[in-house]
Amino acid sequence: MAWNRKLLRVNLTQGTCKEEPLNMEWANEYLGSRGLSAKYLVSEIDPKVDPLSPENKLIMATGPLTGTMASTGGRYTVTCKGPLTGAIACSNSGGFFGAEMKFAGWDMIIFEGKSPKPVYLFIENDKAELRDASHLWGTSCWHTEEQIKADHQDPLIRVSSIGKAGENQVLFAVVINDLHRAAGRSGVGAVMGSKNLKAVAIRGTKGVSGIKDFPAFLKATTDAKKVLADNAVTGQGLPKFGTQVLMNVINEIGALPTRNHRDVQFEDASKISAEAMHEKRPSDGKSHLVTNAACFGCTIACGRISQIDKNHFTVKNNPKYWGASGGLEYEAAWALGAANGVGDLEALQYANLLCNEQGMDPISFGATVGAAMELYEMGVLTKEQMGLDTPFGSAEALAKLAEMTANGEGFGKEIGEGSARMCARYGHPELSMSVKKQEFPAYDSRGIQGMGLAYATSNRGACHLRGYTVASEVLGIPVKTDPLVTEGKAELVKAFQDATAVFDAAGICVFTSFAWTLADVQPQLAAACGEEWTMEKLNAVGERIWNLERQFNNAAGFTSKDDNLPPRLLTEPAKTGPAKGLVNGLDKMLPEYYKVRGWTPDGVPTAETLARLGL
Amino acid sequence: MKIGFKLFASLTDHLPSDRKGNRIELEVGEGTTISELIVRFNVPERSAHLVLVNGHFIPPAQRASRPLADGDELAIWPPIAGG
Repeated sequence: MAWNRKLLRVNLTQGTCKEEPLNMEWANEYLGSRGLSAKYLVSEIDPKVDPLSPENKLIMATGPLTGTMASTGGRYTVTCKGPLTGAIACSNSGGFFGAEMKFAGWDMIIFEGKSPKPVYLFIENDKAELRDASHLWGTSCWHTEEQIKADHQDPLIRVSSIGKAGENQVLFAVVINDLHRAAGRSGVGAVMGSKNLKAVAIRGTKGVSGIKDFPAFLKATTDAKKVLADNAVTGQGLPKFGTQVLMNVINEIGALPTRNHRDVQFEDASKISAEAMHEKRPSDGKSHLVTNAACFGCTIACGRISQIDKNHFTVKNNPKYWGASGGLEYEAAWALGAANGVGDLEALQYANLLCNEQGMDPISFGATVGAAMELYEMGVLTKEQMGLDTPFGSAEALAKLAEMTANGEGFGKEIGEGSARMCARYGHPELSMSVKKQEFPAYDSRGIQGMGLAYATSNRGACHLRGYTVASEVLGIPVKTDPLVTEGKAELVKAFQDATAVFDAAGICVFTSFAWTLADVQPQLAAACGEEWTMEKLNAVGERIWNLERQFNNAAGFTSKDDNLPPRLLTEPAKTGPAKGLVNGLDKMLPEYYKVRGWTPDGVPTAETLARLGL
Repeated sequence: MKIGFKLFASLTDHLPSDRKGNRIELEVGEGTTISELIVRFNVPERSAHLVLVNGHFIPPAQRASRPLADGDELAIWPPIAGG
């Protein structure tokens, strides 16, 4: 079995670390990572708990393929009740931390309670202990990682930590590992901060044992890697251009949310695109992009490592940011750029660096700035309130607000609550471009209809990583569908949602699904975990995870009314592009989706559905 | 008639070297098809994966027969994805 069959339970209130056997009955039903951690969370907390109270729990979990030679097998998830949304939060990250957890012999870590003082968890194989983090509190993720490695005199330790944003309980704070990989959405970093848990540092040297049938696993993973290598997207497109190659595509099809979704096309999209990252800058003759990068075990290597222009106003007097570092990825470039009308690539990278350094989700941060800019242009927010002029398109305002939010200063504190709370406070809740209080990612659902349904029904609030129908509606993966129609989208969204849950639970990256289907994943899991892991079983696991998350949210107080989109997307037609004149047809898709899911017209899983899934 | 012609990602190099950005303006004859331009700019057929005219997807089967109109914007990408 590819699980270590062991979890670590850390009671932060009492300061104890205890080993427990992994519940293998649950592993058999939920696989691992996203699925298994959700099962533990649902079983152990009251769904109505205050997300920032000691009664919430925070779980870091790997999947059975994490740490193995399966391509992209480096993923781990951070699961808790999310403070931004009040829904289940499950944020997934790459890098090397997840594999290290597995190498140390643990499948999962459950944090409960609240430490009376700042601490970090240090794990060295079987040994786990809480250590004083008073010297780390108030510092960045970057400093924390460097300091922990120095304190232990071991540069090979892997660290996940929060920055000032998590400490200050910014509601979209992230958990950063390996400097620029993030468990990024729903504010999991704020939960970590609320527990006075600064970091988790792991050194594991045991490797992964217990692969059920190693010769079969070697063959299955080798075959699957060949599929990735031979595929033009995962073998060539993603490594060379990264995710940001979508900027011009999504702009061309008229689905690039611009200026808080006022527009669907951005006149400066080309300036913040992957192609622009490759261009040489007039100022220093260097391209923004330095190289690509891969997470543990990944044979795609979509990551971007860039170098900011040292002469840019944001960093001219701050050499700390001159080195090569992570970014820009598509979502961050969109949220910090088009969402605010900012077409200054260097300013976007500066804001992105601050997000990585102090642990903030660039999507929610950027989108919240977009909402603030709209309120400013309407005269609802003033320069006096915000401390600076904040019109759409202002790179200066973006950079300054990133600093203020990361450091918890001035109006940055209000940005740090996310757009839903901020817009409601100023009398315009309709201007928050969010679902369940979580901000949209980079696709306007007037131009990609299926994404409207995917957003409305996502169990963690608006998100592209719960059901990425863009793959089909825009990119033709696995088959091309029409982005401008609602027909057939209910089935499409459900299929993407359920399959994605399996990829997440396995401990692999969802980007493999640009080349792999579950039929490519199944032989790897069967070889690693046992032949009983059939396609039929995997399909059931995906649907089970989705319904379990839904049940948690329903118990937390969410209803079908929350499966909704902001009025702008439902009543204000797109002004330009192929979707000109269209709004999102959620009302046509949602009832069909509930039917396809086996839920009542009110969005509640029926007894029959629950029984079928063993819930 | 005039059209806008855009090549992106790894296809960018098929545009003239004096290009600015990813778009050039082309003077083409009436009835010019997408496939003719793909051939004219030496874009390998299998690399012309995502073909949009004015943002609308044109399936492979229509590329040889669909004539372009004055003012059209033709944009082509190789297989790409993101997230």
